[in-house]
Amino acid sequence: MTEHALHSKAFNQAIEEDLIIGSRCLVCGKISIPQRQICPNCHSDQAERVQASGQGTLAAFTVIYVPPTSMADAGYNAKNPYCVGIVSLEEGPRISAQIVGLDLSDPAAIKIGMPLRQTFVTRGEGETAKKFLAFEPI
Amino acid sequence: MAKKLSRGVAVVGVGMSKFGVFPEKTSRDLFVEAFQELMQSVQKGFNPNDIEAFYMGNFTSDYFENQSHLAPIVANWVGISPAASTRIEDACASGGVALRQAMLAIASGDVDVVLVGGLEKMTDLPGAKVTDALALAADSMFEIPAGFTFPGFYAAMATAYIDKYQADPDALLRVGIKNHENGALNDKAQFNQTIRSVMTGKQKKAEQKGLPIPDWQDEMAFLKDPKANPMIAWPLRLFDCSPVSDGAAAVLLVSEELADKFADEPLFIVGSGQASDGALAERASLSEVPAAALASQQAYEMAGIQPDDIDFAEVHDCFTIAEIMASEDLGFFPRGEGWRAAMEGRTARDGSHPINTSGGLKSKGHPVGASGVGQVVEVWKQMHGLAGERQLRGNLRYALTHNVGGTGQTCVVHIFEKRN
Ligand SMILES: [Zn+2]
Repeated sequence: MTEHALHSKAFNQAIEEDLIIGSRCLVCGKISIPQRQICPNCHSDQAERVQASGQGTLAAFTVIYVPPTSMADAGYNAKNPYCVGIVSLEEGPRISAQIVGLDLSDPAAIKIGMPLRQTFVTRGEGETAKKFLAFEPI
Repeated sequence: MAKKLSRGVAVVGVGMSKFGVFPEKTSRDLFVEAFQELMQSVQKGFNPNDIEAFYMGNFTSDYFENQSHLAPIVANWVGISPAASTRIEDACASGGVALRQAMLAIASGDVDVVLVGGLEKMTDLPGAKVTDALALAADSMFEIPAGFTFPGFYAAMATAYIDKYQADPDALLRVGIKNHENGALNDKAQFNQTIRSVMTGKQKKAEQKGLPIPDWQDEMAFLKDPKANPMIAWPLRLFDCSPVSDGAAAVLLVSEELADKFADEPLFIVGSGQASDGALAERASLSEVPAAALASQQAYEMAGIQPDDIDFAEVHDCFTIAEIMASEDLGFFPRGEGWRAAMEGRTARDGSHPINTSGGLKSKGHPVGASGVGQVVEVWKQMHGLAGERQLRGNLRYALTHNVGGTGQTCVVHIFEKRN
């Protein structure tokens, strides 16, 4: 384990490499995604880095018509909304991410519990382009 | 064993500015209005020089007004320097946490007379910047990159709640209608009109302009019309969201033994609780707010009472779904029953559990740092028969306030008693 493998920036750095990472506590076995330096279950600081499978299910979602500046800059607005959700990962933890590949014309048709897999989206262009974690239907 | 304060604490005065949009006023001006009203409300009068400490809830004057270190400035502005002055920042729960810190300071024995303030001046910034400012209350590393907004977080909780309990989404609209009916009777409210009067106002305007008159049958039809009530974050529409507001509120706390020197009818803080939580995604359940349930359990235990003993409550309805979840977190209704209670009018002024008689954040307005303090103003008014047309009937003894920061990363609950 390198010293910075579990620091707070590690999760977002791994996304740059198309990976979802987390940590497994070496004392109690709890998996945390994103990774934690101190286990929220047993407070041990002994942990190893793990990679998530990228498979999960939709636990909650919304379709956003009034975006924050960052998403407006990426081209989203009331006529071009986007879906963001909370995904229950196969490994147990839940994470927040954009959900792509859905028909947003009728949000009522989006089903909680639907299976999803990881994908990665780029927002912004040129120098401001940045990769973000997202999920899509399987 | 239930925890008790080392000594009792009483509320002896309250005040608030009107909540709304005031381009000509700063947060200092708004706090002056709240302070002046507080001075008037102290039944036996008091000398501001007696104030030993000031706890002030404010979310982000840094961002909204380009001003940090606001507590000593505001203290000086109302003439109470050198009172020890501290700004409390816990997002939308800043005001409720300031109240709790003031209460604990008195209970510790260190001080006897403490001013609690809450203030926020939000409307100087354009709407998109306000959305960005509020997003500062979420986790900037793991929640914001997903694209969440605050309406978005609560909307996601709403989808989880509706799915889990097969709830009728109309319950959300019912919360908004009820809170506007209450706020219409509160001259301090930002939107002091009913949804029905908003609707008929729009119909009249169309008629005057010679445009086609929208044929909404009732408030529900109006609220379901996407032109009248646009979707913000599905399933939450504009009228499910509390507004962007300017405003301030103030409460004077004293030690129990001094209460009679200030007030004929002081209110006693008999219960208090506060809890925290991680990011929304981490929680075991997305259809409830665990820190609110914990904070209320602490408060009920301290007070030695049950949820059914509460005569009325001011809850943190930043979004309509938040009021429904709160009505369960606080134990007024079993899990999964809150939406039905809202549909059946059980939280209206004449219901079994009146909630947000002031109009709540939804109608009264939500100047973030002021909201948790403003709730106490309504408790005082109802307990003293000063609530005018929205006055609750019958003998009122216990009231509860519930103030939430973010999506429930901070929750703070207080219980007040009027002893006759
Ligand atoms: Zn552990």
